[in-house]
Order: sequence, then C-alpha cells, then structure tokens
Amino acid sequence: MSRLVLSARHLVAIERHAAATYPEECCGVLVGRALDGAEPGSLVEQVLPARNDRQDSRENRFLIPPEVILAAHKEARAQGLDVVGYYHSHPDHPAVPSAFDREHAWPGLSYLIVAVEGGKPADRRSWRLADDRERFEEERLDDPVKKAGQAARPGRRKAPGREGRRSQG
Amino acid sequence: MSVMIQIPTPLRTFADGRAEIEVDATTVGEALGGLVRRYPDLARHLYADSGALRSFVNVFVNDEDSRHLQGEQTPVKAGDTVLIVPSIAGGLP
Repeated sequence: MSRLVLSARHLVAIERHAAATYPEECCGVLVGRALDGAEPGSLVEQVLPARNDRQDSRENRFLIPPEVILAAHKEARAQGLDVVGYYHSHPDHPAVPSAFDREHAWPGLSYLIVAVEGGKPADRRSWRLADDRERFEEERLDDPVKKAGQAARPGRRKAPGREGRRSQG
Repeated sequence: MSVMIQIPTPLRTFADGRAEIEVDATTVGEALGGLVRRYPDLARHLYADSGALRSFVNVFVNDEDSRHLQGEQTPVKAGDTVLIVPSIAGGLP
C-alpha cells in the first residue's frame, strides 16, 4: 500500500482551508518528495492553498489552472522538491473520489480529499489513481511524528484535538 | 524540427523514467504523437477514448499555453521546449 506522510500541522492547515471555503470546494497543492523503499509514497513538506478558479459550481467542482500548477512546480523545484499531489474538499459528501475526480487525475500523485460536514472537517482520505485509470486505490495517511508501528490506518480518523501551528506552506 | 518534451514527474514511469524526450515535429500535435508512439503507455493519460487530448492536459511551448495559440496546430521550431502541464480539476458527481 502506498502512503502519504503528512504532519498534523499540515493537515490542520488543509482542514482549516476546507472549513473556511465551505460550502464551496477548496483546493491546493502538496509539495514534497517521493519516498522510496518497502513502503513507497510521498512526504509532504509544504502545503500551498490555491484559489478555486471555477467561475460556477464551486460547491461541487474545483479547478486549479495550469499557470498556477506551473508556478507551483517552479517553486517546488527551486527548493529541491516536487509536486507530489493535490488536495480538495467534498462539502457534505464522503472523502471518496468521484468519477469526475478520476477522469481528471494522473497516476503517481496523491489526491487528498477532506469531507466537510456542516462546515466542519469530518474525514480525510488520500488516494492514488491506478495505472490503468480504472479506479483509485486508497493510500495510508501517516504522521511523521508517530513512532513506527503507530501509523494511522486508512479511512476515518478524528481531527487533532488541539490546534496546530499554522502551516508555513 | 527537433524539440524537447519535458515529461511531468507522475508520467515518467511510463516513459522509461525519462524527464525529457527529444522528438521531431513541426506542431504540438506532432510532438505529442511522436511521444506516444515511442511510449504507448502514455497515451491513455494524455488522450481520452475519443482520441482528443484530455481536457485537463495543457501543453506549453516555451512558457506559452498552446490553448491560447493554435492548440495542437501550434507550430514548434528547433530548440523549442514543450511542457505538459495539467489543470487540476475534480469534484462531486
């Protein structure tokens, strides 16, 4: 199983973004590096919130235009990092990718989805598109602070009980 | 015309891990065609079943978005750099 290593601080920043944009979808870029070894995946070093560039239907659609993606890539490369994935929210809907999400995805990237219910983050799950594009495969969300063997399980997880520091992404 | 196509990181696994591919082309469409002929596994991630470029796939020629130029008919010349850049889109059903 692939994994996305994401600190509590970064997750809080993403969930705050999701709550702030509710009932519209939020979106953003995950910058970091690939992880090699027995458990492949990605480590997030920065979170770059983006504006939802949709002119309509922002309650159930999001768009980050290519110019923003290009700029994010340049910024990442300047720091020796790479774009490892993206995040967006699902207002009042599960943190499960839709067919529309699948049509607009590429393999090799993490797609983190935050479910926001009634304005409050309720769930967060990360996914990777299969090479044949037929399905998403869920990946494990890991906190780098947790000791080995105590990694978070995929699926529902309670939001942190204390507010973290602001992400500097 | 020899142009360099830069392969985005998530697609490099379908191009033998390469970050750049040199192809002979006179248009953006020809450049992409040369790319997928050499690496057929890239095709499904760049093109829809209809054969059209996927709506979220953008092609930049020397930092200019080809959609603002002539699309796949945008001319390319020797030494040009072609970048494949996605829009990121999604949402609920």
